[in-house]
Amino acid sequence: MTTTNPKDRTLIAVIGDEDSVTGLLLAGIGHVDNPQKKNFLIVDSKTSTSIIEGAFQDFTERKDIAILLINQHIAERIRPAVDRYQAAFPALLEIPSKEHPYDPAKDSVLKRVQKLRGD
Amino acid sequence: MSGTGPREAIFPTRMNLTLTKGRLKGAQTGHSLLAKKRDALTTRFRQILAKVDEAKRLMGRVLQLASFSLAEVTYTAGDIGYQVQESVRKASYTVRAKQENVSGVVLPAFEGVKNKDGNDFNLTGLSRGGQQIQKCRDTYVKAVGTLVELASLQTAFTILDEVIRATNRRVNAIEHVVIPRLDNTIKYINSELDEMDREEFFRLKKVQGKKKRDADRTDSERAAANSEFTESGGEVHRDEGIKGGEAGGGDMLDQGKDEDVIF
Repeated sequence: MTTTNPKDRTLIAVIGDEDSVTGLLLAGIGHVDNPQKKNFLIVDSKTSTSIIEGAFQDFTERKDIAILLINQHIAERIRPAVDRYQAAFPALLEIPSKEHPYDPAKDSVLKRVQKLRGD
Repeated sequence: MSGTGPREAIFPTRMNLTLTKGRLKGAQTGHSLLAKKRDALTTRFRQILAKVDEAKRLMGRVLQLASFSLAEVTYTAGDIGYQVQESVRKASYTVRAKQENVSGVVLPAFEGVKNKDGNDFNLTGLSRGGQQIQKCRDTYVKAVGTLVELASLQTAFTILDEVIRATNRRVNAIEHVVIPRLDNTIKYINSELDEMDREEFFRLKKVQGKKKRDADRTDSERAAANSEFTESGGEVHRDEGIKGGEAGGGDMLDQGKDEDVIF
Protein backbone atom coordinates (compact mmCIF):
# COMPACT_ATOMS: atom_id res chain seq x y z
CA MET A 1 0.00 0.00 0.00
CA THR A 2 1.28 3.40 -0.83
CA THR A 3 1.63 5.96 1.88
CA THR A 4 0.65 8.93 -0.23
CA ASN A 5 -2.73 10.45 0.21
CA PRO A 6 -5.16 9.03 -2.35
CA LYS A 7 -6.79 12.46 -2.49
CA ASP A 8 -3.81 13.78 -4.45
CA ARG A 9 -4.43 11.30 -7.18
CA THR A 10 -6.78 12.77 -9.71
CA LEU A 11 -5.67 11.63 -13.14
CA ILE A 12 -6.58 8.68 -15.26
CA ALA A 13 -3.68 7.35 -17.32
CA VAL A 14 -4.00 5.09 -20.30
CA ILE A 15 -1.78 2.77 -22.29
CA GLY A 16 -3.60 1.63 -25.37
CA ASP A 17 -3.94 1.45 -29.11
CA GLU A 18 -4.75 4.56 -31.07
CA ASP A 19 -8.51 4.13 -31.12
CA SER A 20 -8.90 3.47 -27.41
CA VAL A 21 -6.65 6.36 -26.50
CA THR A 22 -8.41 8.73 -28.89
CA GLY A 23 -11.78 7.84 -27.45
CA LEU A 24 -10.64 8.26 -23.89
CA LEU A 25 -8.92 11.53 -24.71
CA LEU A 26 -12.17 12.74 -26.25
CA ALA A 27 -13.79 12.09 -22.91
CA GLY A 28 -11.27 14.51 -21.47
CA ILE A 29 -8.91 12.40 -19.43
CA GLY A 30 -5.79 13.60 -21.24
CA HIS A 31 -3.33 15.72 -19.34
CA VAL A 32 -0.02 17.14 -20.45
CA ASP A 33 2.32 18.59 -17.87
CA ASN A 34 4.69 21.41 -18.36
CA PRO A 35 7.71 19.37 -19.45
CA GLN A 36 5.47 17.67 -22.05
CA LYS A 37 4.83 14.71 -19.81
CA LYS A 38 1.75 12.95 -21.10
CA ASN A 39 -0.49 10.66 -19.13
CA PHE A 40 -1.19 8.44 -22.12
CA LEU A 41 0.81 6.18 -24.39
CA ILE A 42 -0.24 5.05 -27.80
CA VAL A 43 0.96 1.59 -28.66
CA ASP A 44 0.95 0.09 -32.12
CA SER A 45 2.50 -3.05 -33.51
CA LYS A 46 5.82 -1.29 -33.93
CA THR A 47 6.12 -0.12 -30.34
CA SER A 48 8.70 -2.16 -28.51
CA THR A 49 7.86 -4.02 -25.33
CA SER A 50 10.52 -2.15 -23.40
CA ILE A 51 8.80 1.17 -24.13
CA ILE A 52 5.48 -0.23 -22.90
CA GLU A 53 7.14 -1.58 -19.79
CA GLY A 54 8.85 1.73 -19.17
CA ALA A 55 5.57 3.62 -19.48
CA PHE A 56 3.86 1.11 -17.22
CA GLN A 57 6.56 1.59 -14.59
CA ASP A 58 6.38 5.34 -14.99
CA PHE A 59 2.60 5.51 -14.66
CA THR A 60 2.45 3.16 -11.68
CA GLU A 61 5.09 5.20 -9.89
CA ARG A 62 3.59 8.62 -10.54
CA LYS A 63 1.84 10.09 -7.54
CA ASP A 64 -0.92 11.95 -9.35
CA ILE A 65 -2.48 9.02 -11.17
CA ALA A 66 -5.47 7.32 -9.59
CA ILE A 67 -6.41 4.87 -12.30
CA LEU A 68 -4.28 3.27 -14.99
CA LEU A 69 -6.11 1.86 -17.96
CA ILE A 70 -4.35 -0.58 -20.21
CA ASN A 71 -5.61 -2.43 -23.24
CA GLN A 72 -5.82 -6.09 -22.58
CA HIS A 73 -3.82 -7.15 -25.62
CA ILE A 74 -1.07 -4.74 -24.55
CA ALA A 75 -1.22 -6.03 -21.00
CA GLU A 76 -0.65 -9.48 -22.51
CA ARG A 77 2.65 -8.27 -23.89
CA ILE A 78 3.92 -7.20 -20.47
CA ARG A 79 1.94 -9.81 -18.53
CA PRO A 80 4.67 -10.59 -15.96
CA ALA A 81 4.88 -6.93 -14.94
CA VAL A 82 1.09 -6.64 -14.81
CA ASP A 83 0.68 -9.78 -12.74
CA ARG A 84 3.40 -8.63 -10.40
CA TYR A 85 1.62 -5.35 -9.83
CA GLN A 86 -0.45 -5.72 -6.65
CA ALA A 87 -0.63 -2.21 -5.24
CA ALA A 88 -3.92 -0.49 -4.60
CA PHE A 89 -2.87 2.84 -6.12
CA PRO A 90 -3.08 3.46 -8.93
CA ALA A 91 -5.84 1.01 -9.69
CA LEU A 92 -4.92 -1.02 -12.74
CA LEU A 93 -7.76 -1.77 -15.13
CA GLU A 94 -7.49 -3.93 -18.18
CA ILE A 95 -9.85 -2.72 -20.84
CA PRO A 96 -10.83 -4.29 -24.13
CA SER A 97 -9.94 -2.69 -27.43
CA LYS A 98 -11.78 -2.61 -30.70
CA GLU A 99 -10.06 -5.54 -32.29
CA HIS A 100 -9.61 -7.52 -29.12
CA PRO A 101 -12.85 -8.31 -27.28
CA TYR A 102 -12.69 -8.64 -23.55
CA ASP A 103 -11.52 -11.96 -22.20
CA PRO A 104 -12.19 -12.23 -18.45
CA ALA A 105 -9.96 -15.28 -18.17
CA LYS A 106 -6.84 -13.22 -18.88
CA ASP A 107 -7.46 -10.37 -16.45
CA SER A 108 -5.03 -10.56 -13.55
CA VAL A 109 -7.55 -9.15 -11.09
CA LEU A 110 -10.36 -11.36 -12.29
CA LYS A 111 -8.05 -14.32 -12.02
CA ARG A 112 -7.62 -13.50 -8.35
CA VAL A 113 -11.34 -12.92 -7.96
CA GLN A 114 -12.12 -16.28 -9.45
CA LYS A 115 -9.50 -17.99 -7.34
CA LEU A 116 -10.94 -16.45 -4.18
CA ARG A 117 -14.50 -17.36 -5.06
CA GLY A 118 -13.41 -20.95 -5.42
CA ASP A 119 -13.74 -21.00 -9.20
CA MET B 1 6.11 -30.77 34.61
CA SER B 2 4.41 -28.21 32.38
CA GLY B 3 7.40 -26.28 31.16
CA THR B 4 7.21 -28.08 27.86
CA GLY B 5 5.99 -25.43 25.41
CA PRO B 6 7.58 -22.07 24.77
CA ARG B 7 7.00 -19.56 27.49
CA GLU B 8 7.93 -16.05 28.52
CA ALA B 9 11.25 -15.61 30.24
CA ILE B 10 10.05 -14.29 33.58
CA PHE B 11 10.52 -15.21 37.21
CA PRO B 12 7.79 -17.36 38.72
CA THR B 13 6.44 -14.91 41.24
CA ARG B 14 2.90 -14.17 42.30
CA MET B 15 3.06 -10.71 40.79
CA ASN B 16 4.13 -12.10 37.44
CA LEU B 17 1.34 -14.64 37.68
CA THR B 18 -1.22 -11.86 38.06
CA LEU B 19 0.40 -9.88 35.25
CA THR B 20 0.45 -12.86 32.92
CA LYS B 21 -3.16 -13.68 33.70
CA GLY B 22 -4.04 -10.10 32.78
CA ARG B 23 -2.12 -10.40 29.55
CA LEU B 24 -3.83 -13.67 28.71
CA LYS B 25 -7.17 -12.04 29.23
CA GLY B 26 -6.11 -9.15 27.02
CA ALA B 27 -4.94 -11.54 24.32
CA GLN B 28 -8.25 -13.40 24.40
CA THR B 29 -10.22 -10.16 24.12
CA GLY B 30 -8.01 -9.03 21.28
CA HIS B 31 -8.43 -12.35 19.56
CA SER B 32 -12.21 -12.18 19.66
CA LEU B 33 -12.19 -8.56 18.49
CA LEU B 34 -9.88 -9.36 15.59
CA ALA B 35 -11.98 -12.36 14.67
CA LYS B 36 -15.03 -10.11 14.57
CA LYS B 37 -13.17 -7.60 12.41
CA ARG B 38 -12.12 -10.34 10.07
CA ASP B 39 -15.69 -11.54 9.72
CA ALA B 40 -16.97 -8.05 9.00
CA LEU B 41 -14.27 -7.49 6.38
CA THR B 42 -14.89 -10.85 4.78
CA THR B 43 -18.59 -10.08 4.44
CA ARG B 44 -17.72 -6.82 2.74
CA PHE B 45 -15.11 -8.54 0.62
CA ARG B 46 -17.60 -11.09 -0.67
CA GLN B 47 -20.00 -8.34 -1.67
CA ILE B 48 -17.27 -6.50 -3.53
CA LEU B 49 -16.07 -9.69 -5.16
CA ALA B 50 -19.45 -10.32 -6.73
CA LYS B 51 -19.69 -6.69 -7.85
CA VAL B 52 -16.19 -6.65 -9.38
CA ASP B 53 -16.98 -9.68 -11.45
CA GLU B 54 -20.21 -8.15 -12.71
CA ALA B 55 -18.72 -4.71 -13.36
CA LYS B 56 -15.85 -6.17 -15.37
CA ARG B 57 -18.24 -7.85 -17.71
CA LEU B 58 -20.36 -4.72 -17.97
CA MET B 59 -17.25 -2.72 -18.81
CA GLY B 60 -16.54 -5.02 -21.73
CA ARG B 61 -19.93 -4.22 -23.24
CA VAL B 62 -19.75 -0.49 -22.55
CA LEU B 63 -16.37 -0.10 -24.19
CA GLN B 64 -17.47 -2.09 -27.17
CA LEU B 65 -20.28 0.39 -27.63
CA ALA B 66 -17.88 3.26 -27.24
CA SER B 67 -15.43 1.99 -29.82
CA PHE B 68 -18.32 1.46 -32.17
CA SER B 69 -19.26 5.11 -31.89
CA LEU B 70 -15.65 6.06 -32.46
CA ALA B 71 -15.76 4.02 -35.64
CA GLU B 72 -18.74 6.10 -36.69
CA VAL B 73 -16.69 9.22 -36.10
CA THR B 74 -13.80 7.90 -38.14
CA TYR B 75 -16.22 7.15 -40.93
CA THR B 76 -17.67 10.66 -41.02
CA ALA B 77 -14.85 12.88 -39.85
CA GLY B 78 -11.84 10.88 -40.89
CA ASP B 79 -9.03 10.01 -38.54
CA ILE B 80 -9.15 12.49 -35.70
CA GLY B 81 -6.64 10.66 -33.52
CA TYR B 82 -3.75 12.94 -34.27
CA GLN B 83 -5.77 16.12 -33.80
CA VAL B 84 -7.13 14.89 -30.50
CA GLN B 85 -3.75 13.83 -29.21
CA GLU B 86 -2.15 17.10 -30.08
CA SER B 87 -4.84 19.30 -28.60
CA VAL B 88 -4.62 17.69 -25.16
CA ARG B 89 -3.69 20.29 -22.57
CA LYS B 90 -5.27 19.69 -19.22
CA ALA B 91 -7.48 16.93 -17.96
CA SER B 92 -11.12 17.95 -17.86
CA TYR B 93 -12.23 14.59 -16.56
CA THR B 94 -10.57 13.92 -13.25
CA VAL B 95 -11.29 11.67 -10.34
CA ARG B 96 -11.77 12.53 -6.72
CA ALA B 97 -11.19 10.06 -3.93
CA LYS B 98 -13.74 9.74 -1.18
CA GLN B 99 -13.01 7.62 1.80
CA GLU B 100 -15.20 5.03 3.36
CA ASN B 101 -14.55 3.29 6.63
CA VAL B 102 -15.18 -0.43 7.03
CA SER B 103 -14.28 -1.54 10.57
CA GLY B 104 -11.19 0.59 10.72
CA VAL B 105 -10.09 0.07 7.14
CA VAL B 106 -10.13 3.11 4.91
CA LEU B 107 -11.47 2.21 1.50
CA PRO B 108 -11.13 4.85 -1.18
CA ALA B 109 -13.98 5.33 -3.58
CA PHE B 110 -13.28 7.23 -6.76
CA GLU B 111 -15.73 9.63 -8.20
CA GLY B 112 -15.44 10.97 -11.71
CA VAL B 113 -15.57 14.74 -11.99
CA LYS B 114 -16.26 16.34 -15.34
CA ASN B 115 -14.89 19.80 -15.48
CA LYS B 116 -17.42 21.88 -17.41
CA ASP B 117 -15.28 24.80 -18.52
CA GLY B 118 -12.39 22.81 -19.89
CA ASN B 119 -13.90 21.86 -23.24
CA ASP B 120 -10.88 21.07 -25.32
CA PHE B 121 -12.02 19.59 -28.55
CA ASN B 122 -14.43 22.24 -29.66
CA LEU B 123 -12.82 22.68 -33.00
CA THR B 124 -12.35 19.03 -33.71
CA GLY B 125 -14.62 17.94 -36.50
CA LEU B 126 -15.56 21.49 -37.30
CA SER B 127 -15.75 20.78 -40.99
CA ARG B 128 -17.67 17.52 -40.79
CA GLY B 129 -18.80 14.95 -38.30
CA GLY B 130 -19.06 17.30 -35.34
CA GLN B 131 -22.30 15.77 -34.20
CA GLN B 132 -20.86 12.29 -34.24
CA ILE B 133 -17.89 13.52 -32.29
CA GLN B 134 -20.13 14.99 -29.64
CA LYS B 135 -22.05 11.74 -29.42
CA CYS B 136 -18.88 9.71 -29.27
CA ARG B 137 -17.58 11.97 -26.55
CA ASP B 138 -20.67 11.47 -24.44
CA THR B 139 -20.43 7.73 -24.91
CA TYR B 140 -16.82 7.77 -23.84
CA VAL B 141 -17.56 9.96 -20.84
CA LYS B 142 -20.12 7.39 -19.76
CA ALA B 143 -17.66 4.59 -20.40
CA VAL B 144 -15.04 6.33 -18.31
CA GLY B 145 -17.64 6.70 -15.57
CA THR B 146 -18.09 2.93 -15.59
CA LEU B 147 -14.34 2.49 -15.55
CA VAL B 148 -13.96 4.81 -12.57
CA GLU B 149 -16.61 2.89 -10.68
CA LEU B 150 -14.90 -0.35 -11.51
CA ALA B 151 -11.56 1.09 -10.45
CA SER B 152 -12.87 2.01 -7.03
CA LEU B 153 -14.35 -1.46 -6.62
CA GLN B 154 -11.07 -2.96 -7.65
CA THR B 155 -9.06 -0.75 -5.33
CA ALA B 156 -11.37 -1.68 -2.48
CA PHE B 157 -10.89 -5.30 -3.47
CA THR B 158 -7.10 -5.02 -3.43
CA ILE B 159 -6.98 -3.15 -0.13
CA LEU B 160 -9.49 -5.44 1.56
CA ASP B 161 -7.62 -8.48 0.32
CA GLU B 162 -4.44 -7.20 1.87
CA VAL B 163 -6.08 -6.15 5.14
CA ILE B 164 -7.93 -9.44 5.49
CA ARG B 165 -4.70 -11.30 5.02
CA ALA B 166 -2.97 -9.18 7.68
CA THR B 167 -5.89 -9.63 10.05
CA ASN B 168 -5.88 -13.37 9.49
CA ARG B 169 -2.21 -13.49 10.23
CA ARG B 170 -2.74 -11.63 13.47
CA VAL B 171 -5.71 -13.76 14.51
CA ASN B 172 -3.75 -16.92 13.87
CA ALA B 173 -0.66 -15.57 15.58
CA ILE B 174 -2.63 -14.76 18.71
CA GLU B 175 -4.48 -18.03 18.64
CA HIS B 176 -1.56 -20.31 18.00
CA VAL B 177 1.44 -18.48 19.41
CA VAL B 178 0.59 -15.81 21.93
CA ILE B 179 -2.20 -17.54 23.86
CA PRO B 180 -0.43 -20.92 24.18
CA ARG B 181 2.71 -19.17 25.32
CA LEU B 182 0.87 -17.22 27.99
CA ASP B 183 -0.93 -20.40 29.01
CA ASN B 184 2.39 -22.18 29.33
CA THR B 185 3.78 -19.30 31.35
CA ILE B 186 0.84 -19.42 33.76
CA LYS B 187 1.17 -23.16 34.12
CA TYR B 188 4.89 -22.82 34.67
CA ILE B 189 4.45 -20.14 37.33
CA ASN B 190 1.75 -22.17 39.04
CA SER B 191 3.82 -25.31 39.12
CA GLU B 192 6.87 -23.42 40.36
CA LEU B 193 4.81 -21.78 43.09
CA ASP B 194 3.37 -25.15 44.11
CA GLU B 195 6.84 -26.57 44.18
CA MET B 196 7.99 -23.71 46.39
CA ASP B 197 5.03 -24.29 48.69
CA ARG B 198 5.89 -27.92 49.04
CA GLU B 199 9.52 -27.10 49.69
CA GLU B 200 8.55 -24.56 52.30
CA PHE B 201 6.22 -27.02 53.99
CA PHE B 202 8.89 -29.69 53.99
CA ARG B 203 11.42 -27.25 55.39
CA LEU B 204 9.09 -26.29 58.23
CA LYS B 205 8.45 -29.94 59.00
CA LYS B 206 12.16 -30.57 59.03
CA VAL B 207 12.81 -27.62 61.35
CA GLN B 208 10.06 -28.78 63.64
CA GLY B 209 11.52 -32.27 63.72
CA LYS B 210 14.97 -30.96 64.55
CA LYS B 211 13.66 -28.76 67.31
CA LYS B 212 11.75 -31.63 68.79
CA ARG B 213 14.78 -33.87 68.64
CA ASP B 214 16.94 -31.25 70.29
CA ALA B 215 14.35 -30.68 73.03
CA ASP B 216 14.13 -34.42 73.70
CA ARG B 217 17.84 -34.69 73.90
CA THR B 218 18.21 -31.82 76.37
CA ASP B 219 15.37 -33.28 78.46
CA SER B 220 16.89 -36.69 78.62
CA GLU B 221 20.36 -35.25 79.31
CA ARG B 222 18.96 -33.20 82.15
CA ALA B 223 17.02 -36.12 83.53
CA ALA B 224 20.14 -38.24 83.41
CA ALA B 225 22.20 -35.54 85.12
CA ASN B 226 19.49 -35.09 87.76
CA SER B 227 19.22 -38.77 88.55
CA GLU B 228 23.00 -39.03 88.72
CA PHE B 229 23.06 -36.08 91.07
CA THR B 230 20.26 -37.53 93.26
CA GLU B 231 22.00 -40.86 93.42
CA SER B 232 25.18 -39.22 94.60
CA GLY B 233 23.19 -37.70 97.46
CA GLY B 234 22.31 -34.30 96.06
CA GLU B 235 18.98 -32.62 96.05
CA VAL B 236 17.48 -31.29 92.89
CA HIS B 237 15.72 -28.02 93.18
CA ARG B 238 13.23 -27.04 90.62
CA ASP B 239 11.31 -23.86 90.08
CA GLU B 240 7.84 -25.08 90.91
CA GLY B 241 6.20 -21.67 90.87
CA ILE B 242 3.75 -20.56 93.52
CA LYS B 243 2.25 -23.47 95.41
CA GLY B 244 4.16 -25.90 93.36
CA GLY B 245 4.10 -26.72 89.67
CA GLU B 246 0.60 -28.02 89.22
CA ALA B 247 -1.34 -25.02 90.56
CA GLY B 248 1.19 -22.42 89.50
CA GLY B 249 0.83 -23.10 85.81
CA GLY B 250 -2.93 -23.15 85.99
CA ASP B 251 -4.98 -21.31 83.46
CA MET B 252 -6.54 -18.16 84.78
CA LEU B 253 -9.43 -18.39 82.37
CA ASP B 254 -10.24 -21.89 83.55
CA GLN B 255 -10.89 -20.77 87.05
CA GLY B 256 -14.42 -19.98 88.02
CA LYS B 257 -16.00 -16.62 88.04
CA ASP B 258 -14.46 -13.90 90.11
CA GLU B 259 -16.41 -12.66 93.07
CA ASP B 260 -18.33 -9.51 92.39
CA VAL B 261 -16.69 -6.48 93.84
CA ILE B 262 -19.06 -4.26 95.70
CA PHE B 263 -17.94 -0.79 96.64
